[in-house]
Amino acid sequence: MNKRMVTYILGILLLVESGLMVLPVIVAYMYNEKIIFSFLITIGILLVSGLLLTFKKPENKTIYSRDGFFIVSLGWIVLSLFGALPFTLSGEIPNYVDALFETVSGFTTTGASALTDVEALSKSALFWRSFTHWVGGMGVLVFIMAVVPLARGGGNLHLMRAESPGPDVGKLVPKSKSTARILYGIYLGMTIVEIILLKLGGMSFFESVTLSFGTAGTGGFGVLNTSIGSYSVYCQGVITIFMILFGVNFNMYFFLLCGKIRDIFKNEELRAYLGIMFSSIIIITINIHNMFDSIFMAFHHSAFQVASVMTTTGYSTTDFDKWPELSRAIMIIVMCVGGCAGSTGGGFKVSRVLILLKSAKKELKKLSHPRSVNVITLDGKRISDEVLRGTTVYFTIYIIIMIGSFLLVSIDKMDITTNMTAVIATLNNIGPGLGKVGPTGNFSEYTMFSKIVFILNMLLGRLELFPMLLMFMPNINAKKNKIKNS
Amino acid sequence: MAELADALDLGSNINRCAGSSPVIRTIQRLELQAHFLFYFIERTAIELKIIVVGIGKVGYTVAEQLVAEGHDVTLIDTNENVLNEALGELDVIAVGGTGASRKVLVEAGVDECDLLIALTGSDETNLLICLLARKLGANGTIARVRNPVYNEDISLIRDSLGLSMAINPEREAADEILRILKFPSAKNIDIFAKGKVNMVSFVADKRCYLCGKPIKETFSKLNALACAVERKNNIFIPYGDSVIKENDIVAVLVSPDEIPSFFKSIGLPVNSIQSTIIIGGGRIAHYLAVEMARLKMKTTIIERKPEEAERLSYLLPNANVICGDGTNRGLLMEEGLGNASAICCLTGFDEENIVLSLFAKSVDPNIKTIAKVNKLAFQEVVNSLDIGSIIYPKYITANQILQHVRAKQNNIGSNVETLYKIIDNKVEALEFHVSEDSELVNTTLEEMSLRNNVIIGAINRKGKVFIPHGKDKLEIGDSVIIVTTISGLSDLDDIKA
Repeated sequence: MNKRMVTYILGILLLVESGLMVLPVIVAYMYNEKIIFSFLITIGILLVSGLLLTFKKPENKTIYSRDGFFIVSLGWIVLSLFGALPFTLSGEIPNYVDALFETVSGFTTTGASALTDVEALSKSALFWRSFTHWVGGMGVLVFIMAVVPLARGGGNLHLMRAESPGPDVGKLVPKSKSTARILYGIYLGMTIVEIILLKLGGMSFFESVTLSFGTAGTGGFGVLNTSIGSYSVYCQGVITIFMILFGVNFNMYFFLLCGKIRDIFKNEELRAYLGIMFSSIIIITINIHNMFDSIFMAFHHSAFQVASVMTTTGYSTTDFDKWPELSRAIMIIVMCVGGCAGSTGGGFKVSRVLILLKSAKKELKKLSHPRSVNVITLDGKRISDEVLRGTTVYFTIYIIIMIGSFLLVSIDKMDITTNMTAVIATLNNIGPGLGKVGPTGNFSEYTMFSKIVFILNMLLGRLELFPMLLMFMPNINAKKNKIKNS
Repeated sequence: MAELADALDLGSNINRCAGSSPVIRTIQRLELQAHFLFYFIERTAIELKIIVVGIGKVGYTVAEQLVAEGHDVTLIDTNENVLNEALGELDVIAVGGTGASRKVLVEAGVDECDLLIALTGSDETNLLICLLARKLGANGTIARVRNPVYNEDISLIRDSLGLSMAINPEREAADEILRILKFPSAKNIDIFAKGKVNMVSFVADKRCYLCGKPIKETFSKLNALACAVERKNNIFIPYGDSVIKENDIVAVLVSPDEIPSFFKSIGLPVNSIQSTIIIGGGRIAHYLAVEMARLKMKTTIIERKPEEAERLSYLLPNANVICGDGTNRGLLMEEGLGNASAICCLTGFDEENIVLSLFAKSVDPNIKTIAKVNKLAFQEVVNSLDIGSIIYPKYITANQILQHVRAKQNNIGSNVETLYKIIDNKVEALEFHVSEDSELVNTTLEEMSLRNNVIIGAINRKGKVFIPHGKDKLEIGDSVIIVTTISGLSDLDDIKA
């Protein structure tokens, strides 16, 4: 492993975070809030430690696949540890674990909160919370990559693979730098359009910006205790549409810009994503129509809630915990499915579900025709054995982690629904679950131990399990690589 | 200000490669602005979109060099493992499948590409790929064609298929071997400025009069310029005060007519090779033997396969073709290894070639040995052995392609005319055109303050090439050869300190 390179990139990461924190400082200055000093102190700490780590450029800029995973998981942990400092320093969230929970929830675009009263936070703290969603949605290292090439040659792809969601991450154009720029360009453009549309709907500028950040990263932090419930139907509609859009693979928008419309319609994942989404919306609409005045309102709320949990955003306009059992069951299922690969959404990912279903079908066919040869394809392209194996292993680990976390948090005296959905909501980066962690509740009743379990779950979910797990694997060839570095 | 203008100049490139959609054009224009913003962090040369089909030894080397020069490279290969490996090492994208399929080519973006390079194992496939690519809108195509039969009519093939270039690595390798055989004291000879200048590298052994003296003393009397010295895997550009030590490898620029007199005056032998043993009767041996027969050199070719040996003996009636194992000690001695003045080890195995060269040296320390190395990645190890000259066909091919790409860039606006990678790719020699806005015009070489490890090697003024001295000035319209260990120079003014 190239340790020098790992620390160097971590240093860059800290410097970038200090740059990102300038935005909440500006907000704090505009609203004249005392928390500005806490932000400035944190920026100072970040700058000093960042400069120390980047003081000497490593000569060997090669990084291997393993280093990529290591940098990404360590980077996200460090980012969260420092990002939580302003909350605790200012005393707005006095407990550091709570502050860390909030920050990790922000960067991993979960949107779960351990706070009982969100409105008590200062504007700049709220802004920072939402801004972490926006940064975490597309990824911090991808952001840096758009500006400076981090590693030599293919090393950038290792980093991108480790940070971007999906079973098979590729590039749009040959250069990783251009790919990163295109992705962030699309991301920024869509966010700005949403901000404008929300502003036109009568929201304040601050609210439209923070809520757009939350939608774009499919995060889910609101600025009011009622989440999105107290805004106009127009604003809720705009957010619904944008949540659905941000749950789509960003490659589709690139195809759209290139004029390759046919490729978009051919995409099986997108069709499955929209199919699951709309059938769930319709079933829930029928199931809940007598709870609302008109069928339109039932559809509106059903659409908002389904889009919110399926893209793993976690905003809510109504308390879906009070819905009938069928609707609640559907909500839990779409929570686990999640968004498309290559989107900002979390969850298991629609493409993985497709691959698993197809391979199950193949194995069944093989049972009845033992000599049959079947190739699994997605969008007309063959799924390599490596991706297939990776997906199966991913599923296994996903289930193991879910069960393990469920056991651990069950030590706290909560009911099963709450515990189970709390694990689902954090591992899939959604935010609200059912029961006490439902849309009107929060995670404040859990003990510190459970909160740490949830923090780990959120990180595992956002980075798609493998990078975090590989961090704990013993380094078998430590010595060999040392020779390579010298 | 010149730098800003340079940055804005990118606009022409971006407009040129803009696709059909107006939206993407806007995006590219936005990206141009982004380029402009990041200009002070990085320098972007003109980028071409290049597709490489067939990722073997040569394909990988070519892709690696092209990426290093900042081009957008897409790889196509049927073997997904090869592609995955390349993706982990290089900043490229890859498309799996055969390059001779329209679907695969379109997916790789052939309609917008500036150059497609077909380097698969089969000549016919390469030609078919280039034909398809041309019809599908590729701007230029390069095919590797190795079969000697096709090579006879290569210009006909090239013109009728619209190829920009047909490359034949074996033929190029044979040419290079021949140049070395003509001057056995030389380790390598590269051609510059359309043959008007040669770069000759040689080992300064104890017979050499240059050893132990500073360059300004020895070279002032010679019409040659020392432009690179390799000492134990370190390469540096020598200046007047640098001292050449024994066993250094020295590269000098010298005009081809003066090579014999140059070697004579520094005390190295100049006699040409009389009899040569070639081990391995592959394509390189074929081309080499044909040329040597023309120059009336005596050759012995040892080939293992009877049918190949028979074919060679039919083609080359004057050569002594032996059917046998070239690694057999008895056979080698029987065929006169002790009396031959040169041995070319051209078998398909790099290890065999290296060991054979070492063996030949142990039999006769004065023999000239040339070994072909195709695959081995451990250059520094190979170079540390005393095996005379080494030929790397993959670098020869990569160099040719790079020169073509540079020329293409030049049409678009880059100032580099041609680029040569020499001494195992560690040194670059670039040919720049001196334009009016260069800040180096009308200053004498002595007055210029240049960066470290940069040297002005030769000046080409109105077709006459000469080695410059301290009092010479650059004039508008000249082209100059810069030798440097710094890679990525894109403008003549980059060499200033």
